[in-house]
Amino acid sequence: MAKIVTRNLDLWYGNFKALKGVNSAFEPNKITAIIGPSGCGKSTLLRVFNRMNDLIEGVRMTGEVLVDGENILNGNTDLVILRKKVGMVFQRPNPFPLSVYENIIFGEKIHGSSATRHKRDDIVEESLKSVLLWDELKDKLDKSALSLSLEQKQRLCIARLIAVKSDVVLMDEPCSTLDPQATARVEELMRELKNRYTIIIVTHNMQQAARVSDDTGFMLLGELVEFGNTHEIFTAPKDKRTEDYITGRYG
Amino acid sequence: MRNPHRTQKIAFAFLFLAILLILVPVGLIVFVIIQKGLPGISWQFLSDMPRQGMRAGGIFPAIIGTIYLASGAILFSLPIGLLAAIYLSEYAKDNLLTRIIKLAIVNLAGVPSVVFGLFGLSLFVVFFKFGASILAGAMTLGILVLPVIITASRTALESVPQSFREVSLSLGASKWQTIRHIVLPNAIPGILTGVVLEIGRAAGETAPILFTVAAFYLPQLPESVFDQTMALPYHLYVISTQVPNVAEKIRYGTAFVLLAIVLSMNLIAVIMRNKFRKLKKW
Repeated sequence: MAKIVTRNLDLWYGNFKALKGVNSAFEPNKITAIIGPSGCGKSTLLRVFNRMNDLIEGVRMTGEVLVDGENILNGNTDLVILRKKVGMVFQRPNPFPLSVYENIIFGEKIHGSSATRHKRDDIVEESLKSVLLWDELKDKLDKSALSLSLEQKQRLCIARLIAVKSDVVLMDEPCSTLDPQATARVEELMRELKNRYTIIIVTHNMQQAARVSDDTGFMLLGELVEFGNTHEIFTAPKDKRTEDYITGRYG
Repeated sequence: MRNPHRTQKIAFAFLFLAILLILVPVGLIVFVIIQKGLPGISWQFLSDMPRQGMRAGGIFPAIIGTIYLASGAILFSLPIGLLAAIYLSEYAKDNLLTRIIKLAIVNLAGVPSVVFGLFGLSLFVVFFKFGASILAGAMTLGILVLPVIITASRTALESVPQSFREVSLSLGASKWQTIRHIVLPNAIPGILTGVVLEIGRAAGETAPILFTVAAFYLPQLPESVFDQTMALPYHLYVISTQVPNVAEKIRYGTAFVLLAIVLSMNLIAVIMRNKFRKLKKW
């Protein structure tokens, strides 16, 4: 069963229709890439899944977005529970101006279980290990997270999310500020994480989508033009517009 | 023909002159007060009651009164101001009404202090029946400093990057948790700046305490918040204009003490602010 399903999803920013009748299904334990030119609505779609668009005034949505079968566009959706389940990694690495340790433990602090120091230490170690930062940072847990390199920061942000124990990881161009080597390492990490998570990544970089994802959706002007197996989309696109984009006629 | 070097020199001269115009009077004031006031300073002057119609003895009750009033004003205005600022910057929608409210708060900061004094007299002294008391005076001063506290706190809260709020919310934090754990700690340096400015202002203002608390001559310490008290700015006014034949060193000594209290309160807050700033950087 798909983890996230959208049915006839429309979204308006005021009078501007940013998403037009999006139908899609995101499978668990897969990486789904959303590609498309700037302003096509791919980040907007991503931010529907954890309702981050709510922060913008004048947003309106119709249709259905099901997460684990529940429509999250209902008025009575608990955003705290939703966002705990559907986490997000942002384009710019954005650790809090706190220590490495406190960054990771933030979710624990927020979600209230008054964990013992010992249990917190375990969470920090486990989370840092799953993003392969533990060996680099185990002696620097008290250092400010702002002193880390960009790649370390982005990994830390992923670790902070892992500590919250989400099911879904939304990634909004997570590698756009990283160099090619760091990008390759983060992609490797994504492949490892997909065994445990549903990963949806928005990317500008078609090569990245082709390399890392299982499914791909191509968006243009608010429409989800084509959605399916990554290999098929890149080798035998059904829609002329997808083909034009992939072959680099516009972008 | 224009000579860029000469225009550069002229511009520099004017800018330098402007700085000089600011620095010279400030420097002169401080210099004169130190020169004429320092000889009057002694342990006895600081710790003794005034005597012989304030022509001798010390200014201890006025010092204590000023400390009570300034700290009372901050105690009263900081919680209210901070809560109002949090509401305005984090919760209130940006519409005509909130814009009018924000503008009104900024304008309130420009209202002459004597108007606040009269307001305090009618509201706290008369209507709430606090009488002329520390409570009424501190609250009047509190209202006087409230606009700047609100505006400084609001600016500090708004300068915390939006991305911090987004991440926090995206991790499942509620709005209040985000404010409490992320926004507020990062806004503290800016909020303290507002407090710094306003402690000095509350300690130095005369008009708001004139009708609400200040005693002309009261050679004893206040025992409760419902007592009147002497205060340095008013005492200075009294011994400079109302009581004849007060020695110059007593007048300037009082001014020196007032200046020293204001500056040391500012200094404490500046140190606190720098400490926080070192911890929180982005």
